[in-house]
Amino acid sequence: MATVERKTGGGIGEAVLRKEDRKFVTGEGRYVDDLRLPGMLHAVFVRSPFGHARITGIDTAAAEALPGVHRVLTHATLPAETGVLCASNPPGSDVRQPEQPLLARDEVRYVGEPVAIVIADDRYLARDGADLVHVDYDPLPVVCDAEAALADGAPLVHSEYPDNAAATLFHETDGFAEALAGAARTVELRVVNQRVTPMPMETRGCIGDWQQSTGEVTLHTSTQVAHFVRTFISFVCGTSEAKVRVVTPDVGGGFGAKLNTYREEFAVCSASRVLGVPVKWIEDRSENAVATIHGRDQIQYYTAGVDESGRIVALKLEAFQNNGAYHQLLTPTISHLTVFMVPGCYDIQNISIRMRQAFTNTTPTDAYRGAGRPEATHGIERLMDAIADDLGLDPAEVRRVNFIKPEQFPYSSSTGLVYDSGDYDTTLDEALRLADYAGFAARRAASEANGRYRGIGLSTYVEVCGLAPSAVTAAIGVGAPGWEHSTVRLHPTGKATVITGTSPHGQGHATSWSQIVQTELGVPFEDVEVIHGDTAFQPYGLGTYGSRSLAVGGVALYRSLGKVREKAREIAANLLECSVDDLEWTGSSWQVKGSPDRAKTIQELAGAAWAASSMPEGVEPVLEATTFHDPPNFTFPFGTHVCEVEIDPDTGRVEIVNYTAVDDCGNVINPMIVDGQVHGGIIQGLGQALYEETVYGEDGQMLTPTLVEYLVPSAADVPPMTLARTTTPSPSNPMGVKGIGEAGTIAASAAIVNAAVDALSGLGVRHLEMPMQPARIWNVIQEATS
Amino acid sequence: MIPSTLEYTKATSIDEAIAAVQAGARPLAGGQSLVPMMRLRLAAPGAVVDLGGVAELVGVCEDGDEIAVGAMTTHRAVAADPLIGEHCRLVAQAASGVGSLVIRSRGTIGGSLAHADPHGDLPAAILAAGGSVVARGPGGERRIEIGDLVTSYLTTSLADDEIITQVRLPKGNAQSAYAKFHRRAIDWSIVGVGVAIGADGVRAAATGVADRPTRLAGFEAAVNGGGSIAEAAAAAGEGLDPTSDLDGSAEYKRHLVGVLAQRAYLEAQG
Ligand SMILES: Cc1cc2nc3c(=O)[nH]c(=O)nc-3n(C[C@H](O)[C@H](O)[C@H](O)COP(=O)(O)OP(=O)(O)OC[C@H]3O[C@@H](n4cnc5c(N)ncnc54)[C@H](O)[C@@H]3O)c2cc1C
Repeated sequence: MATVERKTGGGIGEAVLRKEDRKFVTGEGRYVDDLRLPGMLHAVFVRSPFGHARITGIDTAAAEALPGVHRVLTHATLPAETGVLCASNPPGSDVRQPEQPLLARDEVRYVGEPVAIVIADDRYLARDGADLVHVDYDPLPVVCDAEAALADGAPLVHSEYPDNAAATLFHETDGFAEALAGAARTVELRVVNQRVTPMPMETRGCIGDWQQSTGEVTLHTSTQVAHFVRTFISFVCGTSEAKVRVVTPDVGGGFGAKLNTYREEFAVCSASRVLGVPVKWIEDRSENAVATIHGRDQIQYYTAGVDESGRIVALKLEAFQNNGAYHQLLTPTISHLTVFMVPGCYDIQNISIRMRQAFTNTTPTDAYRGAGRPEATHGIERLMDAIADDLGLDPAEVRRVNFIKPEQFPYSSSTGLVYDSGDYDTTLDEALRLADYAGFAARRAASEANGRYRGIGLSTYVEVCGLAPSAVTAAIGVGAPGWEHSTVRLHPTGKATVITGTSPHGQGHATSWSQIVQTELGVPFEDVEVIHGDTAFQPYGLGTYGSRSLAVGGVALYRSLGKVREKAREIAANLLECSVDDLEWTGSSWQVKGSPDRAKTIQELAGAAWAASSMPEGVEPVLEATTFHDPPNFTFPFGTHVCEVEIDPDTGRVEIVNYTAVDDCGNVINPMIVDGQVHGGIIQGLGQALYEETVYGEDGQMLTPTLVEYLVPSAADVPPMTLARTTTPSPSNPMGVKGIGEAGTIAASAAIVNAAVDALSGLGVRHLEMPMQPARIWNVIQEATS
Repeated sequence: MIPSTLEYTKATSIDEAIAAVQAGARPLAGGQSLVPMMRLRLAAPGAVVDLGGVAELVGVCEDGDEIAVGAMTTHRAVAADPLIGEHCRLVAQAASGVGSLVIRSRGTIGGSLAHADPHGDLPAAILAAGGSVVARGPGGERRIEIGDLVTSYLTTSLADDEIITQVRLPKGNAQSAYAKFHRRAIDWSIVGVGVAIGADGVRAAATGVADRPTRLAGFEAAVNGGGSIAEAAAAAGEGLDPTSDLDGSAEYKRHLVGVLAQRAYLEAQG
């Protein structure tokens, strides 16, 4: 078999191939469903078919009589100390935390809410058993839309909350009202950021394994946040956190859907406790559509006060966020992130934002790639175009007059963030050049001659990532810090093990982390192994989300490498019989300054540190170091995306003909991986712009429960993309890195919608909602031309 | 997405397959529709008989002024077949637009017709081509015109103990085309229209506009009566009553029928 050859070296900045991919493409990845424990039984959940109903009875007898079924557990028989916990309490928001029992007690509040678990010899029998569980429901009125839920007289999702209000965030700067009143003109826009489903390729799944004799429990689960899950298992299942081990095998995608702790994770542990054997549950695709969190679902009303140049002098946002029926891990915080990013990359000093979060009879929403920031970016970027349209200005110029300028960094935003660094004009200039913005008029004329509309759209974005300074998470009511852990261990042979608290689900940590080790310590790329995702092997870590792995976890690694290097220096000085000040670092060895023949390689020093026979005074054996890095600030990647579309007036189809992205994520470790993150991110934004929408009917039924109705773009639906980068290092960390996991998604939808609106602007079209499916666009064209 | 328990057998001859069907087994062809339905528990056959081992059900040959296509011939093979391409181009085109390569490599022409999905491409294309099927049961063989085969949403006039053995495509459909409108590359047609310009006039049929493939009487009358293509396109949606759903309103779908009929017609003309 031919081996994959590295095209370049393995250090920072090189587009080295991903070392983890051979395993995945040859089928050697090990996911939860690949694990088989001795004596393991299989669980299937009985779920509510109603959006809202009272449970008047559950009859499990027929299911329990089915051969192969071991037990059917309901709320009454499944042990739990408490329900699912939410770790988000934004201060001043009057957040409400409804109880979310592991299995519904007497009421179900969304289609898919778990009611019972059937445990059987295999999945098939468990599913047969689930069909035999008889639940009596008394249907209740439903409400699925956030605005409708907050209106007077709406059906109540939780009878104890008479207004369906889940939380309200309000932020207004002094003098806002005067600034808005004094504006030369105002521009208004309503924007809907529709509900979508994260849809990782691997659904969720877990195995609970409770040791009766010791009370130890091991949970194998497909998660982004193993340690969170461990802490919460201890609370919900009632055991010591030190007895809980959470193991994350390979994870086939998360996108935020697995930045959570779910009922099923607790339920399999408790079920295993009851049955005395491991219990496995694998979510099926249809189940995933209702049982795993959704994203977005925010309705926004913007009012911008502007001057004649298009500069925003005051900005108001009244928004409605659909939280779903319960609060998952971070639900109330997601739209809080929207609040922070409302001004985008613009210098808007006067601002007023009210974010009203509502309970509805739908699956809870929570973090989905971008988590609150795509909503902010999509809104402000649509607004920029509306302002340009209103004033008859070039959308690029309106952006320029509003940009925060390079000399304003670090920049204190009117929503309380401090943007680290940026140069927004440069990415805009570069993107316009690459997209041949100047030549657009000719291309539009050519399309029109072919009977097609053509438009071009911009999205200039900034996002906040690298979550997060722990003092800030505490201040905004997130019940978790934001630091990250790393340990670097050099073996006697000079090979390295890196233990990281972040935990990949497709991002390529093993590769990027190895590159950092090679550059910072001189241990070759191939000599580095990266361990993650097992709470038994790792000190506490926070996980992978919010584009934080590199900017927080990578920096934790960088700092541990520095500690190892300095320790090695002391050992080298001792061996070379000189002072540490006489030594210089060559990239892979310590040598006496100017004397290459008097040097010790890092491998030699690792061996010497292990052998420990001639250690300097007070230096402990073994080259190993640990860091818990708490970042002083977030990081703020930015860029400009430009999209060009053609629209077929006969069918309403929007076709992306050109897509250009110029991103700035600071220093880059692996350009290929960064490109991959941008490609994937753009495709997810494109999915929301053109294809994806999770739809509930009036009766609370989900109308998009399978992949025939819920349209995820495939490779065949992706346009050619031109990617480029500028580099503005972050001053908040010694590596100058920012984060790129979410940027593409945050930027893309607005560029695409802006292009389509531009294409139809000649017809007087001023706004389009997502997804821009052909029927919707055709209707808009019909209305505009009739 | 977990099917219920079932018995599986694999037939090696048509007679064996019919015997199994007579005993209550459901034929399994490419599995591209039946297996998803079983996984969603919309279908729960106690037994299936796999037709995948019946060699006599696979292949394409000339038979007088018809082309005989074995029921188990895959979409991929139909799309690439030179005889079908030459004499019945719209059927090859319809087959080439089914789902993705993976689905075309497994899904079969017989399975598509027996499944009778109201958004299926093959039924509409074969209806426009004037094709039929050969059905065989314990009592022998019979011919069923496509217009008589599909009787409703996912329902055919096949008897419980009959299987489709062949699809018969008339030659003389060289000037023909199939136009499909869908959202992603892999998707089913929202609407699809096949047009065949034959010796005795133009035939057109659509999918996605009713519970079964539907001849476009308005379009055919206009174009066969000497009307312009634009007039024919405007008449294409006449009498159709498609359902409004997430893919679009009835009005939109009627409009699409005209757009696609015109595109297919112009392409068929060459
Ligand atoms: C993602 C996806 C996308 C698709 N896109 C399209 C598309 O764009 N256009 C399109 O037309 N189709 C599409 N299909 C369906 C595809 O064409 C299937 O192949 C077809 O519908 C069924 O054929 P099959 O051979 O797979 O039959 P099966 O699924 O095996 O069987 C379907 C039904 O037909 C019966 N049956 C099968 N063979 C016979 C026989 N010889 N005699 C009697 N009964 C029989 C079975 O009992 C069953 O009821 C798609 C399918 C998928 C999964």
